[in-house]
Amino acid sequence: MAQAQVKVAGGPQLSARNIHKTFGAFEVLKGISLDAYNHDVISILGASGSGKSTFLRCLNFLESPTEGEVTLDGEVVATRRNRAHQLEPSDRRQIERFRTRVSMVFQGFNLWSHMTVLENVMEASVHVLGISKQKAKDTAEGLLERVGLSERMHYYPAHLSGGQQQRAAIARALAVDPEVILFDEPTSALDPELVGEVLNVMKGLAEEGRTMIVVTHEMGFARDVSNRVIFLEQGRIKEDGPPDEVMNNPKSERFRQFLARSRD
Amino acid sequence: MENVIAYSPFLMKGVTVTIALSVCSILLAVALGLLGAAGKLSERLWVQRIAGIYITIVRGIPDLVVMLLLYFGGQVLLNQIGALTGLWTYFELNQFVAGVIAIGFIFGAYMSETFRGAYMSIPVGMIEAGVSVGMTRITLFRRVIWPQLVRYALPGFTNNWLTLMKTTALVSVIGLEDIVYNGFAAGRATREPFTFMLIALFVYLVLTILSDTGLRALERRYTRGVQRGV
Repeated sequence: MAQAQVKVAGGPQLSARNIHKTFGAFEVLKGISLDAYNHDVISILGASGSGKSTFLRCLNFLESPTEGEVTLDGEVVATRRNRAHQLEPSDRRQIERFRTRVSMVFQGFNLWSHMTVLENVMEASVHVLGISKQKAKDTAEGLLERVGLSERMHYYPAHLSGGQQQRAAIARALAVDPEVILFDEPTSALDPELVGEVLNVMKGLAEEGRTMIVVTHEMGFARDVSNRVIFLEQGRIKEDGPPDEVMNNPKSERFRQFLARSRD
Repeated sequence: MENVIAYSPFLMKGVTVTIALSVCSILLAVALGLLGAAGKLSERLWVQRIAGIYITIVRGIPDLVVMLLLYFGGQVLLNQIGALTGLWTYFELNQFVAGVIAIGFIFGAYMSETFRGAYMSIPVGMIEAGVSVGMTRITLFRRVIWPQLVRYALPGFTNNWLTLMKTTALVSVIGLEDIVYNGFAAGRATREPFTFMLIALFVYLVLTILSDTGLRALERRYTRGVQRGV
């Protein structure tokens, strides 16, 4: 397995080349490439079924792409074809290490229901990174304070509101101190009045300079927080550029319609 | 009453056999159950088939038939193998071992389905969350899947365990001296069959109530954070 450790100065941090994904006879992704540079906050927009979540999940190989390549700091994720003819990571150690550097926040929060919020946040530090419990606890408490959950840290997820659960999940994703965080529609499962608290936390992370790739329906977030907006349509990138440019002067008719329908 | 006191050490021996047999059988059943469930959930078609055949056949034939077949048939088979290979001349299958294998084998099939159902109840997202922070397969199993699996499997497990304990009564037919066998013997000897049958019945009831209480406590522990009607 070739493991290029060269860190390309000024090169992209996370890079995806020509990602294709086919489910049966249906091609969801038809060749998508994306370079995320340090401090980038990239919003991926698109109608449901446009493939935006699938693309995000291909970036950390939760979904096995049919074709393509993912690179982190110049290191290509080694892959092989599995039984279903999809590309799965071939080097377990490499992909596990990769995933601690590229963590993820899910639409459905996916907190571990048998652990308290604090335990959820500590889990990866202790059992993946091998950090001592005390140190992991200090870090976790700091992160929970940042997302405003200090008072709830001994609660189980089932006893929290959706917004609180999502903030806890963000703290959990931060606990491994990732270089890139992937957000998969982080506010789509929330009641409207809870969306703001989660977006505020994400805005804070963006201001801090975290590299983020966010699949979202929040036009306000895409416009105000991200520095780059991508619009997916039927598995292809249709628009790509700074939010002002893309959202004020859409090139494609489809994006114009999409924006018009999303406006409220 | 004097008879009961006089026979109590004899009865206690039977109780010990019943408990030992139940515990050994459940361990085998859990091991086979985990294997069976893993087999049925496997991506490999032939592994799925083997697990499927085991579960279908064993759940489809009476426990007593399996036990007799294993004890007598197993012995004949072993001796024929011995005669053919010349490795051993005569082999007598230990009744306890035969009982454990038979009961473990039968309940392994039921456990397979309990574990498979439990695994399928685990929200996929929780597993994905583990994968997404870079957990190894072992860590993922130990820290995320196992606690959830136990939680979802416990009600079914409790059912299987209670049934298994009562199924051990069948081993008296292959001459294993459990509480039923010894109770029967004591009843015949003293001509007080009902007294001793009642005692045997009572023993089972106490054992099942005790385990039900214990398992319920375990269930409470594993549903911490998501309690609902335990």
